[in-house]
Amino acid sequence: MGLFKRLAETARPVVAFTLDGQPASALLGDTLLTAVLTCSEHLRGSDFSAERRAGFCLMGACQDCWVRLEDGRRVRACSTLLEEGQAIRRDPGRTA
Amino acid sequence: MKPVVIVGAGPAGISAARTLLDYGIRACLVDEGLRGGGQIYRRQPEGFQRTAQQLYGFEAGKAQAVHRTLDELAPLIDYRPRTLVWNAEDQRLDLLTDNRADSVEYSRLIVATGATDRILPVPGWTLPGVYSLGAAQIALKYQGCAIGERVALCGSGPLLYLVAYQYAKAGATVVAVLDSAPFSAQCRALPALLGQPATLAKGMYYRAWLTAHGVPVHQGATLAQIDGVQRVSGIRWGAHTLACDAVAFAHALRSETQLADLLGCAFAWNPLNRAWLPTRDSAGRSSVNGVYLAGDGAAIMGADAAQMAGERAALALLEDAGVATDRHRPAVLEQQLARIQRFRLGLETAFPFPEKWAAQAPDNLTVCRCEEVSAGDIRAVVDDGHWEINRVKAHCRVGMGRCQGRLCGLAAAEIVAERSGRSVEDVGRLRGQAPIKPLPFGVQVQP
Amino acid sequence: MSDVIVLGGGIVGASAALMLAQKGQRVTLVERDFCGSHSSGVNYGGVRRQGRPLHQLPLSQRAHQLWGELPGLIGIDGEYVRCGHLKLARSAADFAALHAYAERTREFDLGLQLLDRAELRARFPWVGDVAVGASLCPEDGHANPRLVSPAFARAAQCHGAVVHEQAEVVRIKHDGRVFQVHCANGLHLHAPWLLNCAGAWAGSVAAQFGEPVPITSAHPAMLVTEPLPVVMDVSTGVEGGGIYARQVARGNCILGGGRGFALGPRQARPGQAAVLEILRNAAELYPFLQGAQAIRTWSGTEGYLPDHEPVIGPSSTTPGLLHGFGFAGAGFQLGPAVGEALAEIVCSGASRQPIEAFSIRRFQA
Repeated sequence: MGLFKRLAETARPVVAFTLDGQPASALLGDTLLTAVLTCSEHLRGSDFSAERRAGFCLMGACQDCWVRLEDGRRVRACSTLLEEGQAIRRDPGRTA
Repeated sequence: MKPVVIVGAGPAGISAARTLLDYGIRACLVDEGLRGGGQIYRRQPEGFQRTAQQLYGFEAGKAQAVHRTLDELAPLIDYRPRTLVWNAEDQRLDLLTDNRADSVEYSRLIVATGATDRILPVPGWTLPGVYSLGAAQIALKYQGCAIGERVALCGSGPLLYLVAYQYAKAGATVVAVLDSAPFSAQCRALPALLGQPATLAKGMYYRAWLTAHGVPVHQGATLAQIDGVQRVSGIRWGAHTLACDAVAFAHALRSETQLADLLGCAFAWNPLNRAWLPTRDSAGRSSVNGVYLAGDGAAIMGADAAQMAGERAALALLEDAGVATDRHRPAVLEQQLARIQRFRLGLETAFPFPEKWAAQAPDNLTVCRCEEVSAGDIRAVVDDGHWEINRVKAHCRVGMGRCQGRLCGLAAAEIVAERSGRSVEDVGRLRGQAPIKPLPFGVQVQP
Repeated sequence: MSDVIVLGGGIVGASAALMLAQKGQRVTLVERDFCGSHSSGVNYGGVRRQGRPLHQLPLSQRAHQLWGELPGLIGIDGEYVRCGHLKLARSAADFAALHAYAERTREFDLGLQLLDRAELRARFPWVGDVAVGASLCPEDGHANPRLVSPAFARAAQCHGAVVHEQAEVVRIKHDGRVFQVHCANGLHLHAPWLLNCAGAWAGSVAAQFGEPVPITSAHPAMLVTEPLPVVMDVSTGVEGGGIYARQVARGNCILGGGRGFALGPRQARPGQAAVLEILRNAAELYPFLQGAQAIRTWSGTEGYLPDHEPVIGPSSTTPGLLHGFGFAGAGFQLGPAVGEALAEIVCSGASRQPIEAFSIRRFQA
């Protein structure tokens, strides 16, 4: 189940992507954060307890929504728009 | 010739750019956002269908005007969206766009960096499903999403009722609005609030609408705990519990001041904002020659004031550059800004800072979500004799993580003040340190 | 009345205060800002002997012993680990220089191990290909200066030293027997001994007593990454300098290299150019950092003398005045031993470690 609930703008074209290797889909114009959180419940594990995190501020300030793309780039999920075929990986975090 | 640079394409920055262009100056407008508008008038991505009325309600006209202005300006000036300023030094800003590092020298600079939510953490606030009020609004405005199926909105400040109204109107289930401010505070604030009757009327409208549509509003209700395992399952306040799967909370806004700090601007304690803020004169001149401050990044006054302050700062810049400007306009703007400032006093009375928060924060409360530093960790450092916020940071890492204390800095200062028996002012402020936001290894440096 | 007044709450001054207090002296330490808030608290955190000039090694070896007793000395472990210090060579000539250093320092028993390219790859596979060899000092390591340096001051306090923070010295007088120290906050102290451990600001004290030194300030450029999986199992440096890096148990990598600039007499910041240069150098030497984020940068104010050696020992003009400053960015490891040496001079007239090479007389024509 997802965390976010779509209330509007649901007629947009579908965009396929993968999340941790599993096929998933979202809508054109979604941020990575929206894409991930409409089909799952978190974005990353915290660095010191592996506690699940799903972003917080959605405006690029809290730095708690970093995800990894297949080319090795790390991006803030809240401020990056999803592209067709992207492979998003979530860092599991660590227990210190 | 070095350009005039404006940082931030929200209401203040856009208005400053417009004013400068009116006098023939094509500014460089640097903004982190994809399409400008700032947070308050953030535009939905291309291809979305909702009308401005649906997105911005009463503010639709203003939002559209801001967007129209930016669209008109964009081809005429050096507009750089998706660009982060990560450092400032020596009359030059260091920029990051995607993975490229670049820099721009400036002759004069207008800083319009805006604000984020002011957060006073509550147990459970790091759970998936918990967001700031601003975040909840962005999810809806920018993405057409609610942060959950059953949403509780908590904290205080004008944004609380606005987000509740927008959520309910968009079809979200708002299970409760918890306003930590008591009704009596809002009555006390009425005389000052009457100075801006239109704004007051909007606030009252949202309240009335929520009640009329059966959204439970609890005043004087302080969110005590967010429950859940791996995601939110409910909230607690007083003797109450309520099931929900999402929570948004905040206590008004805080200014983004890191850039002003790196620029060397003098800071002073601002009791109204309960924060250390860069000082400026009534026109927006900072303590640093050629650096001007406008909008919520200098002090929280809202979008209308930001727009005026952007124009006022641009006029000050022009005056200082020896350009002849409209002689009457500055006084008009300053009068209007003073009026809004009086209204702000009323808002602080209506939505008072929850003074007891620090004393009531349990020891195991995570204050710093980056470094996972608890209230108890901070108190232990204070008990060891430290009270200056940068020293406390050095000892327990609060504010030392990826967000550099944006989210936890003010809350940590409250805890330090309460524990050490000093005022929040005395505790000081976290020093700004580059990079303003994380800088990747492997960044391509533009020659 | 105190026996000793210590100027400066960095690791040298605080160690001296601690050692003196342990020996029963009445010590008062005055610090203009907060103890350990300048270069002692914001340095890289390297606790290394490898690479030091030969005449520093006796003090450095003694410091190594003291670091080994750290929790007993200051009550915390300070995140001190003896994980080793790996000095990398990027050319055959640099590797030859590492060999030569190992030869020269053989009598000090640093246990240096020279690793050729293949051995380096096998033992430290995360090191970039640009390194052709390295010298490992297995018992060197690193610690957290933010915690260690203030803890020396705290430990001194626990042993009876009086510590005044935010006490800026505005006037010092000496009547031939007793020093009088006046602070801006009204504090007024007397003692027959005065220890000048004021770091980059110590030059004015020396000058006042007729022995000016050509001290200048420099500012290291430092940065730290977000927490990363733990990869680096040693602290590293490079022959010829330029960059150094270590990783702490929490996963953050701390890198330094190049110079920052002063914002004012007390504050400094790494420059943009230095930060980008660290990122660029790191790509070659520490390729695993590709894509990681630098989350914070900082600098400090360090005192440098032209020969990059400290001034340690008695004044040449004024009985009772001792100096301990000017460590050229390399004083963190030495600090406890220097503090001890100064304490020994006060208590027994001489330091057990040879410190003649660091006499302030070397600046007198």
